Amino acid sequence: MIPTSIYNLSVDFTGNQLFAAAVEAGKKFSTGEIIGVWIATALTIFIFSFLYEDNAMYKFAEHLFVGVSAGYVMATTYNNVIKPNLFGKIQSGIVSLMHGQFVWKDLSFILAGLMGLMLLMKLVPNMGWLSRWPLSFMVGIASGLGIVFTMEALVLKQIDATLVPLIVKTAANSIDIGDTIKNWLIVIGVCSGLIYFYFSKEHKGLVFGTMSRIGIFVLMMAFGAAFGYTVMARVSLLIGRMLFFRDQWWPVVKATFHF
Amino acid sequence: MRREIPMAITTLTGLIMIIVFFVPRWEDWSDIFLKWFTVIAGFALVLGAGSLLLVNLNKISRKASGWGYNVVLIIGLLATAGSGIIQGIGPGTMFDFIFVYFFTPLSATMFSLLAFYIASAAFRAFKAKSLEAGLLLVTAFIVMLGRVPIGEMMWNALPFAQSIPLTEIIEKWIMGCFNTAGQRAIMLGASIGIISVSLKILLGIERSYLGGGD
Amino acid sequence: MTVFDKIKNLDRRWIFLFILISVIIPLLIPLNLKLNTSKPVEDIYSYMNSLPEGSVILMSFDYSPSTEIELNPAAIAIVRHAFQKKLKVVALALWPMGASMSQNVLTPLAKEYNKEYGKDYVNLGYKAGGSVLLISMNNGFATEFPTDINGTAVTDLPLMNQVKDYKSCALVVSLSAGVPGMKEYVQIVATRFGSKVAAACTAVSAPEMYTFLNSGQLLGLMGGLKGAAEYEKMIDYNGDARKGMDAQSVVHLVIVLFILFSNVVYFVDEYRKKTAE
Repeated sequence: MIPTSIYNLSVDFTGNQLFAAAVEAGKKFSTGEIIGVWIATALTIFIFSFLYEDNAMYKFAEHLFVGVSAGYVMATTYNNVIKPNLFGKIQSGIVSLMHGQFVWKDLSFILAGLMGLMLLMKLVPNMGWLSRWPLSFMVGIASGLGIVFTMEALVLKQIDATLVPLIVKTAANSIDIGDTIKNWLIVIGVCSGLIYFYFSKEHKGLVFGTMSRIGIFVLMMAFGAAFGYTVMARVSLLIGRMLFFRDQWWPVVKATFHF
Repeated sequence: MRREIPMAITTLTGLIMIIVFFVPRWEDWSDIFLKWFTVIAGFALVLGAGSLLLVNLNKISRKASGWGYNVVLIIGLLATAGSGIIQGIGPGTMFDFIFVYFFTPLSATMFSLLAFYIASAAFRAFKAKSLEAGLLLVTAFIVMLGRVPIGEMMWNALPFAQSIPLTEIIEKWIMGCFNTAGQRAIMLGASIGIISVSLKILLGIERSYLGGGD
Repeated sequence: MTVFDKIKNLDRRWIFLFILISVIIPLLIPLNLKLNTSKPVEDIYSYMNSLPEGSVILMSFDYSPSTEIELNPAAIAIVRHAFQKKLKVVALALWPMGASMSQNVLTPLAKEYNKEYGKDYVNLGYKAGGSVLLISMNNGFATEFPTDINGTAVTDLPLMNQVKDYKSCALVVSLSAGVPGMKEYVQIVATRFGSKVAAACTAVSAPEMYTFLNSGQLLGLMGGLKGAAEYEKMIDYNGDARKGMDAQSVVHLVIVLFILFSNVVYFVDEYRKKTAE
């Protein structure tokens, strides 16, 4: 068994930003933290090595990543979902039953547990069909909710937000040119975008042809903005790893080699 | 019956959800189903991990090419799941250590590779070959530069910068106007798609979720 | 092979190296560029500021370490602001990894601000179900979260006796990297149940969220590292987001120059082909 002192991290040290703040405040590293940061450094380099070419170190890290991810999901689901929401409810139902009370809401979770087990039958040869019951239950709920909630929040609310005044007045009752133009652009932009996606009629003629052409322009600007933001997101991820080297690895190097 | 009963379950649960939406007084009907859903969704995640375990064990038993990596995967899976289930997932546990020093760097670095690939792809493929592509390019440039301090600094050096603040161009016109209109058109189209597929599922027209076989 | 062909067929590893250098140099030699704030971020800050002491913020950690750099600074900035303003924080996660992310943000900050677990903040941990969970939570948090992340019964946590459902929360903040996340919060918690919802999201998903800002379904938005940097500036804290802004600026400029350069090469090459014909 690994001694607790190795993996028990100081609460000041979790996360890059808080790690750096703790180092600035003069905190000392534990053996676990030093080992941990060196492991993290090695794994980071293993993955970056793929940029040069595919290699065994990358493959090792890639498989470890998938394994640890799946293990993480299993443990968290067990501790945060199955234990409290299934075992806990059934236990509570049984305790109530022993005291002469029939709390069906708690005991009904036996059915939920059975459906969960039926879902796992997907892994057993020739028993896979049993998993269709819980799957149908989930698909039914998701579809039913999908219809009403999508209609309310993503269709009706969005249409409502597009029905804006085409002449916007300021408090002094003069025309607010900026907001008026903006509202016109939003209305025309949404309508033309929708026409562009309407494939049941050929995009020709004064209305359909012109509007679908405007629709392409609006969509291209939206995609341009999305591309700009995507670049921003990807660059941020790289900055995060470089901050790790600067704020976590370098202080640990100094602590390891005492300089 | 292996297909009919599941289809009936789908229709029934879906209809209950729709009815309860319009008649909130009857929400006790649906409440218990929603709570079961959380539990079954938990099992679905376990199913995913279990499936991964079986596929990899199979590869190892067949000594398939690169089976050593599958061993690494299984060790990672069992060590993480085992420590979390046995010892718990709170601070000071082995599980927390694995999360901080194994999972975090692996996951963050894996996704950070995208920064390199998006730069390379932009260099190779992003050409203003048409008016539409040019529009996309110009918008992307304005957003890329305008959303970071260096772009703001460059803009402020222009003589007319004071009368047209860059934040207003980006927030009000590009993001709040053209982007909003485009995204809303996409959202409306996609939402109608979601609703029609959901209806097809509830009416038993769309059955692909049941898979093949009897 | 002409110089244009060489540029067109440039080994991508040279581009990788260039990008890497563009990130590293500003991190080692900061440029301290001036940062401006934007309205969607200011709206969250102003609303948080307007809340009375003791109000509850529900924070949903819907991300994993893959987007840690974009969302952890936002989470840290909001928690700092909340603790400074003596607001209470209840955390939950719709993503499995969100459970650890919330724990690793809240625990050190609670120690720094001398906050007591169970009284000033609670971490409910992860639950599966996504949007279905959010609907079910409206009938009471305790039925979906009988225990917190560590298995303590929520009935034993004083704060949870005050926080029963969405109506008990002055603001719901979704820190979101995808699905399930802020879109579900907008659809269900904001639109259906009428709570105030703000979002901190990855830059990739920010453009879509502007439709919700425009429709008033979203109170405010922190998009990506830049959004978090703006919030850090407003609470006067120098975190990872502000530290990363110089590098972000330089790399954006480099990528723009790359694209311009490749376009110049493309058009010159096209012109040469036409004149040769």
